[in-house]
Amino acid sequence: MLANLASYLVFTVLGLAKGSRLGEAANFFVYDTIKIFLLLITIIFCVAVIRSYFPPEETKRFLSRGKEYVGNVLAALLGIVTPFCSCSAVPLFIGFVESGVPLGVTFSFLVSSPMVNEIALIMLWGLFGWKIALIYIGSGVMIAIISGIVIGKLRLERFVQDYVYTIKMGETAATEQTFRERLKNARNYTVPLLKKIWPYVIAGIGIGAFIHGYAPEGFLVKYAGPQNPFAVPLAVLVGVPLYSNAAGVIPITQALMEKGMATGTVLAFMMAVTALSLPEAIILKNVLKLRLLITFFGIVAAAITLTGYLFNAIL
Amino acid sequence: MKIEVLGTGCSRCKQLHENTMQAVIAADVEADVSKVEDITEIMRYGVMSTPALVIDGVVKTVGKVPSVDEIKKLLK
Repeated sequence: MLANLASYLVFTVLGLAKGSRLGEAANFFVYDTIKIFLLLITIIFCVAVIRSYFPPEETKRFLSRGKEYVGNVLAALLGIVTPFCSCSAVPLFIGFVESGVPLGVTFSFLVSSPMVNEIALIMLWGLFGWKIALIYIGSGVMIAIISGIVIGKLRLERFVQDYVYTIKMGETAATEQTFRERLKNARNYTVPLLKKIWPYVIAGIGIGAFIHGYAPEGFLVKYAGPQNPFAVPLAVLVGVPLYSNAAGVIPITQALMEKGMATGTVLAFMMAVTALSLPEAIILKNVLKLRLLITFFGIVAAAITLTGYLFNAIL
Repeated sequence: MKIEVLGTGCSRCKQLHENTMQAVIAADVEADVSKVEDITEIMRYGVMSTPALVIDGVVKTVGKVPSVDEIKKLLK
């Protein structure tokens, strides 16, 4: 139905020719824009309501009782639903460490929380289908669990900035919300978030549409297809410093995949973009000494690269 | 009345500070509004998601930006 609406707008209202480069690019742009925004509005709102039941203060209390392994699994799963923005990374990290959550478990959470987020999922589901979206969640959670366990085993506690251990946290009385308040808060969350990300979404879909209409079929097969062994590490290297804007990046990767980029390479690129970024590194430098910060980025980047190879091999 | 806006300087924290100032003027109350950006101070309130609003030492909201009207209600 949406596809019909888009082609009606492009080919009938705008009068662009079917099969022409401009027509195909415009059709891609209009269809994706409508679909993505409908999905974004609905799902961000619903997730915001669900999230209000999992405040980080509760998550912390829950995880501080856990041990390693089970704790890593729980932390990675809770990372999906717990609200996270990079500006909260520092208080969150300190809060976890202070209440006795093991370092490795804290990292499982820090990896999964930004990587497996609802915006990435919506974009993947809307543009690639539910299978890719599920693979993304599944491997994201696995990467978070494994990276956290490895960091825990390395015993890197002394590379946390010393002042972190001196902070004493006060108790906050949990504020109970009525369902009405949850809905209202969810609206107050959704509207500004959409205002913030819409230009990136439009820009991403625009670039994707351009590639879709103008790049020759299969022009990426040679460079980024499954036969090139360097494609995955290269995609990860490019993706790591980029600031996570899943909303902007995913439409571009969809078009790249269409032109021959291998699925595993696309997944690795998206994970690198959302899980790790330069601004996040700068923020985390406040609580982590350089060595731990580099170890953290190295382990996660390695895990993402392996995931990319794995899916290139089996898909 | 002593009002503190806790936050490490992100855009949502600035928005909360702005809304709070407007609410104070609209509600016509005597209040001293300050920004708390020091992480040790923020953690002392047990806050893990910023921004947070503290009125007379009591944490009122955490991890969200309430509207001017909502803050006005909290001021009463």
